[in-house]
Amino acid sequence: MTTQATATPVRGTGTRRNTAAWLQEYGVYAAVAALLLFNAFFTEYFLTADNLRTQLIQVAPIVIVALGMALVIGTEGVDLSVGSAMALAAALLPLYLGYGLVPALLVALLAGAVVGLVNGALVSVVGLQPIVATLALFVGGRGFALVLADGQLKQIVNPDLLALGTGSLLGIPLVVLIAGVLALAVAFLVHRTTFGRQVVAIGGNRRAAALAGLPVKRVLTGVYVLCGVLAALAGVLATSRLTASDPSSLGTLMELSAITAVVVGGTPLSGGSVRVLGTVAGALLMQLLRATLVKHDLPDSTAQIAQAAIIIAAVYVARERRSR
Amino acid sequence: MAPPEAAPFEAAPPEAATPATSGAPSSAAPTVLEAHGVGKRFPGVVALDDVSFSLRAGEVHALVGENGAGKSTLIKALTGVHRPDSGELLLSGRPVRFARPSEAQAAGISTIYQEVNLVPLMSVARNIFLGREPRNRFGLIDFPRMHAEAAALLGGFGVTVDPRRPLDSLGIGTQQMVALARAVSVEAHVVVMDEPTSSLEPREVETLFRIIDDLRRRDIAVVYVSHRMDELYRICDRVTVLRDGRHIHTGPIGGLDRMRLVSMMLGREISEVRRHGMTSFGSEGHDVARKPVLTATGLARRHQLDDVSLELHPGEVLGLGGLLGSGRSETAKALAGALALDAGQVRVDGAPLGRFSSAGAIRAGISLLPEDRKAEGIVPGLSVRENIVLAALPRLSRLGIVSRARQDRVVDIFMKRLRIKASSPEQKVGELSGGNQQKVLLARWLCLEPKVLLLDEPTRGIDVGAKAEVQALIDELAQEGLAVLLISSDIEELVEGSDRIVVLRSGGTVGELVGENVSEDALLAALADHTTPTQDSPNPADTTTGAPVPAAEPSAAGSAPAQASPPADPAPAAEEDPR
Repeated sequence: MTTQATATPVRGTGTRRNTAAWLQEYGVYAAVAALLLFNAFFTEYFLTADNLRTQLIQVAPIVIVALGMALVIGTEGVDLSVGSAMALAAALLPLYLGYGLVPALLVALLAGAVVGLVNGALVSVVGLQPIVATLALFVGGRGFALVLADGQLKQIVNPDLLALGTGSLLGIPLVVLIAGVLALAVAFLVHRTTFGRQVVAIGGNRRAAALAGLPVKRVLTGVYVLCGVLAALAGVLATSRLTASDPSSLGTLMELSAITAVVVGGTPLSGGSVRVLGTVAGALLMQLLRATLVKHDLPDSTAQIAQAAIIIAAVYVARERRSR
Repeated sequence: MAPPEAAPFEAAPPEAATPATSGAPSSAAPTVLEAHGVGKRFPGVVALDDVSFSLRAGEVHALVGENGAGKSTLIKALTGVHRPDSGELLLSGRPVRFARPSEAQAAGISTIYQEVNLVPLMSVARNIFLGREPRNRFGLIDFPRMHAEAAALLGGFGVTVDPRRPLDSLGIGTQQMVALARAVSVEAHVVVMDEPTSSLEPREVETLFRIIDDLRRRDIAVVYVSHRMDELYRICDRVTVLRDGRHIHTGPIGGLDRMRLVSMMLGREISEVRRHGMTSFGSEGHDVARKPVLTATGLARRHQLDDVSLELHPGEVLGLGGLLGSGRSETAKALAGALALDAGQVRVDGAPLGRFSSAGAIRAGISLLPEDRKAEGIVPGLSVRENIVLAALPRLSRLGIVSRARQDRVVDIFMKRLRIKASSPEQKVGELSGGNQQKVLLARWLCLEPKVLLLDEPTRGIDVGAKAEVQALIDELAQEGLAVLLISSDIEELVEGSDRIVVLRSGGTVGELVGENVSEDALLAALADHTTPTQDSPNPADTTTGAPVPAAEPSAAGSAPAQASPPADPAPAAEEDPR
């Protein structure tokens, strides 16, 4: 699901660059495969349905948030407020569950859209740096969520919402199914729709896109709105898994996990390309890596160091490739 | 372009010339800074090729040339930003090498760049004294003294601002004055000014000129880079012309005919008319419709455009002539809705364009091929196909979903028609040659089926073969009834490609060449602000020795300019050619 898989480099680029290009293109898949292979031989009870199920359920919210993040990063932006959007959604849920699951869900998603709208307006109309614009809601959004929830952790008893978190269809957990469907939808959006192609073009050369008459502000705003809605949805799913609305800690550091998944998946931070499948694989890689190390009785700190090494490798590969 | 009151006095307004004479450098003035045979290469370009330049104490030396002439590189070599590959620099007769700008500064060479290069958040006074702040006996910055000195310094320039204010709270013109104050206060022997007036108001320009006169009196040498002819003739003593990285001419500016100066900058000899020589444009004119498709009236934008008006008819190629900085690209951008205007109107088929936006202009049928292919044209990471259909995406989609089949059809047609050489439509545009990138961009605009095509330097930086193809294409498009606006610094291309040429100067339309007058001579004359084309003035005695140019015109006024006082009597230098 790469943007231009068929492009053939013509210039005689050095082998180092070719390697870098290959790694950026396929490295993340190779790494996921290698990890699975390693675990198949060296880790007991790893390749069991139960374990894989757990891993997928854990990674699903990250994947959903990372899909939105990939779109934002594709426009040469970044969204730090995704964790706060999750918290807002979580805080709103118990307030509206009295009207039923669907109204509560809509309100939660709407909150995500509003967060995105504010981000998008700050970036595209006011012209703030994305990192600064989204920092405002990174701080403010969670504060607002805590006000809404009175700073309280609230137990979720609504059976419909709980079913969303625990239910499954054909043996596949609903959460995983939703993440999978969304990944396909975003991939379709990026590759087959006007909007998606405009996102990539704007990320690739904003001035050229503007001169070509693309609705730059509208597309940018749309991207942030999508990212906010996806984050809010992830917040809802995570809340139902937790069986509690916890706006004070839900989604903390989520922005970093999402950015990591996107970058490790081969989407360049410089914009101009969105790798949807790569992003999913990037999230999986980080999840599997931690699980593997934990199963081998290594402390969580080791996992963090390993993850850091992978991020550096991913950024290095992207840089090597760009310096042509 | 009214012929009557001929141009001679425009060459150098007499009242302006007076201060220049007072401190006019005689040939005896010592040379402060000299460059001998300086060469500088960058990958793929020779930026400077054996250029020599000498600067005398107390003179204002104009440095002129079009894009790529090497002005900036020369300045950077003089000020320690670049190290020349060959040649040497002499400061007051002693060879010097500057490894860093700070070394040049320490040696007394100050530079004021086009973009103000100060620290926006620091106070005015700190900016002026940055790195050499007055200290008190504890070694701390002596703020009262610094503020007092800064205020006094600025006061001398007629600028009254509180030196404690942060720099970015000032207008850009005042910031430029602060930069100037800094440059002057560092005991400079040489002050380099790179387009100092580009962001100044007329009143501030006057202040600047007063300061320059003051510098001249203090025997400080000034290198003055500007595209504004009037300024050059008003304030400068001598001029050096560079072209394509080579030294072309150095001599007193007062004795130099304006048209001759322009022809040296552009590299076209006067009277060297070669209509239909080297370019690939067809020889006959096009059938031009009577009714204009595009009418622009009174386009204005601060510092950039000042009353541009033009009409564009279906089936014609309208050339837009002008020197660097005359507002050609800005005009094209304004017509394409990419530059917000302070005043003026653009009509397409009689209907005014509403709010200025690129999308609006495109809907109205106006397409712009921008000058800067890399920064404003291609999306390098996307494929040839995606770059071609970029602007047409909504038209190739249904319900927001792009039809691949329709895309492929369009891409196929244009890749064939424009002979775009790529391994496949999926090859990334960033991997193509400049010429093919340009063709991809042309395809992007042509597939929108525009009524008006604005081409800003369509053949710059592309190889000869592609250039010929693009030129032939422009011809063909006009024949098919498209209205084409052509901007080109290649004067031959402009003259041969255009049916008509509108001439811009200082952001305004100043004339139009039609019919027989679409010639290099007439264009040069128009660019040089002459009312009629002149005979070539045999004026070859210009050397770096500084010998004043003899006025060789068979002029009625006759009196050759007196030695060493060129600006005092500019009239005979200009032609007296009533035809």
